[in-house]
Amino acid sequence: MLDRAQVLHVARLARLELTEVELERMAAELSHVLEHIEKIRELDLDDVPPTSHVVDVVNVLRHDDPEPSLRRETALRPAPEPVDAGGFGVPSPAAA
Amino acid sequence: MNELIELTAAAAAQRVRAREIDPAELFEAYRARAAADDLNAFTWVAPRAPAGEYPGDAPLAGVPLAVKDLFCTEGVPSQAGSRILEGYRPPYTATVVANLQRAGAPLLGKTNQDEFAMGSSNENSAYGPVLNPWDRARVPGGSPGGSAAAVAAGLAPWAIGTDTGGSIRQPAALCGIVGLKPTYGACSRFGMIAFASSLDQAGPLTRDVTDAALLLAHMVGRDRRDSTSLEFPEAIRVPRAEDLSGIRLGVPEELTGAGGGVEPGVRESFEATLARAEGLGASVEPCRLPHAPHALSAYYLIAPAEASANLARFDGVRYGLREDGEAGLVSMYSQTRSHGFGAEVKRRIMLGTYALSSGYYDAYYGTAQKVRTKIAEDFRTAFERFDFIVTPTSPWTAFALGAKTDDPLAMYLNDFCTVPMPLAGIPAISIPSGLSDGLPVGFQLAGPAFSENRLLDAAHALERAIGFDGSPARRSGESAARG
Repeated sequence: MLDRAQVLHVARLARLELTEVELERMAAELSHVLEHIEKIRELDLDDVPPTSHVVDVVNVLRHDDPEPSLRRETALRPAPEPVDAGGFGVPSPAAA
Repeated sequence: MNELIELTAAAAAQRVRAREIDPAELFEAYRARAAADDLNAFTWVAPRAPAGEYPGDAPLAGVPLAVKDLFCTEGVPSQAGSRILEGYRPPYTATVVANLQRAGAPLLGKTNQDEFAMGSSNENSAYGPVLNPWDRARVPGGSPGGSAAAVAAGLAPWAIGTDTGGSIRQPAALCGIVGLKPTYGACSRFGMIAFASSLDQAGPLTRDVTDAALLLAHMVGRDRRDSTSLEFPEAIRVPRAEDLSGIRLGVPEELTGAGGGVEPGVRESFEATLARAEGLGASVEPCRLPHAPHALSAYYLIAPAEASANLARFDGVRYGLREDGEAGLVSMYSQTRSHGFGAEVKRRIMLGTYALSSGYYDAYYGTAQKVRTKIAEDFRTAFERFDFIVTPTSPWTAFALGAKTDDPLAMYLNDFCTVPMPLAGIPAISIPSGLSDGLPVGFQLAGPAFSENRLLDAAHALERAIGFDGSPARRSGESAARG
């Protein structure tokens, strides 16, 4: 059901680079799973509202009160490339 | 065997409070066993007991807790079983873990799991598979296979996990312990590394129903950091029921009939348990959940769709692994994700991205959310006539390591009886109902939203009548402690 071009397109959307072997396997496996899943499209669901939330809660809001948060250096500690100025370092987007 | 290890968590807590047990000794007994773990259940074990006063008077009385890797724990590795979070030590602790620590349960260790909770066998972990203490050639179930195996083998008194499509209940069943998935919103999801946000719920994995109640009592509650969390309408009580008089159990043909592929040994145990329930005063009748056979399909669209969005955050910028590409930022994203995620996670990201992509959204994700509405309606209708819906937890007992890794769909079918409940947001519990060929079988009870106290009571009455003996698995853990 899913051809190679579709798999490549979806992989690009998901920011995944698949090897040739992965690409072939993925096409076969996803097609097999989708074939099973397709069955739900046979149901008559025309007037059924989609579920947006399983419990009855509406518009949960809180007061916008300022309060202490994680310190910047604490939040940056797990980063692969924390920058002294206080940010996440990344390679240049222009390099592409 | 060490006498301390034979106590349930609730019994240990009681004896600590009575000053009959030194909580430091209790912690060390479990710490030593967890550190000598040869089931690969733990990914990190506390190097020593927590400093300071033992909370001997706290409700959980210093009984140590094993925590699934995907709960963030400040300063302690939290990788959700994934390479992409290599080296990640979060700067904060998940609300549920903090609640339990405050109630007096110190962190014993972090437990192995399927990567990002995606799996039913714990074979999708970057740390390698976990062995089932009942038979080391078999899987413990998943995703929190480590939590289930650790509790079953007596490497931990109790543990917490998360359930998205059956993750707490199925490994509990395969390891012969109790697992409870609470009502959606009962426990805060803050600090749980997200898989599918509309389904994920934390819950206890314990040796018996009383332990599950005790742990759950200190997990629930509204958290202002999770807007989907709710105040639980009543206190969770210690279950005392000894019979099931007046309880109406519904057996859904759709989940227990030929379609689910229930093994003969599992069916036998299920039917014996129904007979026991009748002996305790319950009525047992067939019921209908017409859309339940479609739950698996809806689940395998909704969960991957939400996962594909949740896992977009793992891009090498803020935490964990980074693989620098040849060509700038976008290449860094792709390289990091391609190297950091395992095969099953990639598969689900792909499936979810496809289901949400332009032109397919209505056909897949939209349809699945409508099926979800029908499934919730089915349960509501059933609960007008029945107190609980009962099924086998898993159609199979623990399967051999590697037996289903080449066929994703076969692996997914394992969730057949457990996915309808999270789709409807309702609670369900799995208790051991006996053995089939020497392997544990799980019995599942599901109730309406916020029926946890009644569920625990019914499970408690059944547990007493069944009298399941989990000690063979703990003897297996004993070799670990010696090793």
